[in-house]
Amino acid sequence: MKGSMATYALDFEKPLLELEQKLVELKRHAATEGGADALDSEIRRLEKRCTRLQQEIFAELSRWQVVQLSRHPNRPYTLDYVQRLFTDFIELHGDRSFADDAALIGGLARFDGEPVLLLGQQKGRSTKENILRSFGMPRPEGYRKALRLMKLAERFDRPVIAFIDTPGAYPGIDAEERGQAEAIAVCLEEMAALTVPVISVVIGEGGSGGALAIGVCNRLLMLQYSWYSVISPESCAAILYRDASKGERAAEALKLTARDAYQLGIVDQLVDEAPGGAHRDPDLTAKNLGAALRQHLRELRPLGPKSIVEDRYAKFRKLGPVTEPARNAAPSARD
Amino acid sequence: MAWYHRVPAPKLPSEQRKSRMEGLWIRCDGCGEIIYKADVEKNLEVCPKCDEHFPLPVRRRLELVLDPGSFEEHDIGLESTDPLQFADSRKYKERLKASQKSSGEGEAFVSGIGRIAGREVSLGAFEFNFMGGSMGSVVGEKVTRIFERATERRIPSIIFSASGGARMQEAIFSLMQMAKSSAALARFRAVKKPYISVLLDPTTGGVAASFAFQGDVILAEPKALIGFAGPRVIEQTIRQKLPEGFQRSEFLLEHGMIDAIVHRKEMRERLAQLLGLLA
Repeated sequence: MKGSMATYALDFEKPLLELEQKLVELKRHAATEGGADALDSEIRRLEKRCTRLQQEIFAELSRWQVVQLSRHPNRPYTLDYVQRLFTDFIELHGDRSFADDAALIGGLARFDGEPVLLLGQQKGRSTKENILRSFGMPRPEGYRKALRLMKLAERFDRPVIAFIDTPGAYPGIDAEERGQAEAIAVCLEEMAALTVPVISVVIGEGGSGGALAIGVCNRLLMLQYSWYSVISPESCAAILYRDASKGERAAEALKLTARDAYQLGIVDQLVDEAPGGAHRDPDLTAKNLGAALRQHLRELRPLGPKSIVEDRYAKFRKLGPVTEPARNAAPSARD
Repeated sequence: MAWYHRVPAPKLPSEQRKSRMEGLWIRCDGCGEIIYKADVEKNLEVCPKCDEHFPLPVRRRLELVLDPGSFEEHDIGLESTDPLQFADSRKYKERLKASQKSSGEGEAFVSGIGRIAGREVSLGAFEFNFMGGSMGSVVGEKVTRIFERATERRIPSIIFSASGGARMQEAIFSLMQMAKSSAALARFRAVKKPYISVLLDPTTGGVAASFAFQGDVILAEPKALIGFAGPRVIEQTIRQKLPEGFQRSEFLLEHGMIDAIVHRKEMRERLAQLLGLLA
């Protein structure tokens, strides 16, 4: 465990990691010195303390801490789940008109043997990879590729599973020149009309229209420590408080965590992450996600093309609480 | 004494900075000329010297394109329930009240049924002076109903967009309005009637990235700022000054993103023409 300590620690994770470090050392000591009973009981005591400390820290995470976890450099990204949950994956590239966008990937694969279409924003681990993948911020060609692949899925009656993990669509000159707004807009409409089941899952960051562009789904899932909102907390703070460093305050106001979204009725299911966050145990987190995907796919698969579109329409039609004066409820005037 | 007096620095929010509507004279931001306010008003809030298009209040916008007396407003009095109890330096509810007072409108969008050259259309337009024309649940609901009414009556639809995007104060619900309205539009396509989207200054963010760019035909007024990310955000990202004319209507036309630029004077005529050709 100590060898793999290229681990990045968030401030609130540090006490736990320090304690765990102690435990590792103690165990190694016990292994080399021979297992004295005194050491054994000390190890057990320390293990208990680790568990308790983790529970304490994670029982009361602030919204900002959830945002930090969603961006944890060791957090599993789209391809990490693809690798763990699917077989036979073949990545399909390009939008057929301009380029291939490595920030939004797609391809065919099997889930429990059944062919599905996968989409997802992809972040990079290293600086070099992050530049290639634009920190998971897609350009128009990314959304046009996603659209092309969704149409492919529709033609061959394959369900779509989309992994959302982006701070937002890329805000740059080239993206604007090639119609970022149009690319997202078309995705939204076409996705709404898709005749195959669509499940979207926010695995990290769900930033604005750039996230929603692959989120017009029949079922929306969110990992426990992910967020989804109209704007990133920093950008929100920059506008509201004219200070991007007040992201913590903005995160509270936006109520952007998975739990908030669930309580607000936006999300169909929250998926538990491994204790301490997905990065602490990607396998376990992927297993939980797999179980959720399996259940929702089973529910959606029997619905025919028409019902699938209806189901999706009903899901979004009811979002957005408004009050209305009684007089509007009367049948509209004759024309 | 000068034959005109300089208007004191505007106390208006920055969105309104374009024209200083106090006193008899205003200075045009386009050409810098001092112009007689009554001339501008007569000229549909367009500078008579340089054709700079100033903001037009939503009611005048609808009057401008519709047959006189044909507008029947729908969905009046819809209000946000403030599901997040949002508060920054001020409570969202208070901001709404202040905007209602300053704009004279209940929300950032007015919608209904009207006629253009005798042809019935389901239409709506943004009031930019209401919280920057931002889209929360009320605007999203009204836009959705425009497409639903158009579907029901099998008539064309038109939306005039002037918006900074989705409204932060309703966070995730504002975002979901983009999906909701897009889904309603997707259904409307089945009746095979045109949806014409008119982009005004400015059309950005979540409004640009949904129904504003889903038009069968997309028109824009001259020099309107149109894009996904706002210029300030892009400058911060790339740490460079943006080129002159970037994200303006003419730039978008050149890049193949809109069908045509239409002068305000000709808007009604062009819409009537398009409806005639498509509806």
